[in-house]
Amino acid sequence: MEKKEENQREEVLVFGTWANSISGRVEIALKLKGIPYEYVEEDLSNKSELLLRYNPVHKKVPVLVHKGKPIAESLVILEYIDENWPNSPKLLPQDPYQRAKVRFWANYYDQKIIPGIYTIGQSQGKERDEAIEEWSELVRVLEEGIEKDFPGKLALFEGDNISFLGIVVSSYACCYPAFHEAGSVFLSWEKNPLFWSWVNALRDYPLIKEKLPPHHRLVESLKAYQSRFS
Amino acid sequence: MADEVVLLDLWSSMFGMRVRVALAEKGVEYEYKEQDLRNKGPLLLEMNPIHKKIPVLIHNGKPICESLIIVQYIDEVWHHKAPLLPSDPYQRAQARFWADYVDKKVYPPGRKIWATKGDEQEEAKKEFIEILKVLEGELGEKPYFGGESFGFVDISFVTFSCWFHVYETFGNFSIEKECPKLMAWVKRCQERESVSKSLPDEKKLLEFVYYLMKIFGIE
Repeated sequence: MEKKEENQREEVLVFGTWANSISGRVEIALKLKGIPYEYVEEDLSNKSELLLRYNPVHKKVPVLVHKGKPIAESLVILEYIDENWPNSPKLLPQDPYQRAKVRFWANYYDQKIIPGIYTIGQSQGKERDEAIEEWSELVRVLEEGIEKDFPGKLALFEGDNISFLGIVVSSYACCYPAFHEAGSVFLSWEKNPLFWSWVNALRDYPLIKEKLPPHHRLVESLKAYQSRFS
Repeated sequence: MADEVVLLDLWSSMFGMRVRVALAEKGVEYEYKEQDLRNKGPLLLEMNPIHKKIPVLIHNGKPICESLIIVQYIDEVWHHKAPLLPSDPYQRAQARFWADYVDKKVYPPGRKIWATKGDEQEEAKKEFIEILKVLEGELGEKPYFGGESFGFVDISFVTFSCWFHVYETFGNFSIEKECPKLMAWVKRCQERESVSKSLPDEKKLLEFVYYLMKIFGIE
């Protein structure tokens, strides 16, 4: 096909990895909006030229490429998807104050909750116990904050559809069975019952269910990752 | 009913300055409340219980936290004047990407340049210059990061410019020499009243850092 024609197609590419909870966010958003796309699997130990060209700054996944133009950083990509394809269902609320609150908690999840999971996975013994305690506290703040900021509704869903916050929170948390089996226990059922009830609701949501990384493959991958730190 | 806008801030914070610049660009009147971060007042703790940090914008009693989230909020509420983000979705995504880059990358090495010494300081200096060069590359030949208009990315980064004097003094280097185009951009931004009125004097900041070092016992 001629290069000119190629660029004019409504072509959407998503660069991701099978285990990457973050690239999953982009695919879920596109599927929710009914936007067709082509998925490109990356081997992060051997990054493709294309990925390095499309994300020279961070050299990471996910990257969305639309009509040949790349966008990186999952939260930036999600907002782009919502703005460029403003059809229903909307990912973000319309009201500026509500949007600010959604952005705040999405940011909190990525800056605090996800790094906390890595800290647990990379530590051993007493250090790990402390890391789990701290993480559980961060989750408690998330639970309370979301309840307070979005009273009377489950902020992770918007009617029958998953919301922006639901897409963000589903990353990593929805893979907990694999983490559990691999020995990276960060489950805190007693301390964070609300959070885990949200996570289970997300796991039941069809678009999330079908996007979850294959369980056994993820367990092996997590075990291998953790063995680097023991 | 008139809008009530309050900003909880710290004069030296490059994050707080972003909000000041945005409000000035939009011509929004507000009440500035200087915070004492070593003795946090009840209003700050009530309005930002999670991070207990500044800046916090309080709009008609409702708090908004995190400087870039606040700037986007300001752009969306006072949308009839001086748009800070472009209207095209792809351009908006690029603006958010670069503001996020500034937000995550610039502060940590910058701080290490004055708060550490020896190898750690040298590493931080190298990293800092590298990051500035990436930003200079992104600016290219454009007058502003936003293109022809001053915008979101410009706001997110220009507030570090008053701290350049601190970094240069402690790191013993010249940002003008390393990144001349970036310094030209800084001067261009400083011609805007919203910037010149919102950023403190760079010499005052240097004195402040010396003072901080004394009370924290840093040599």
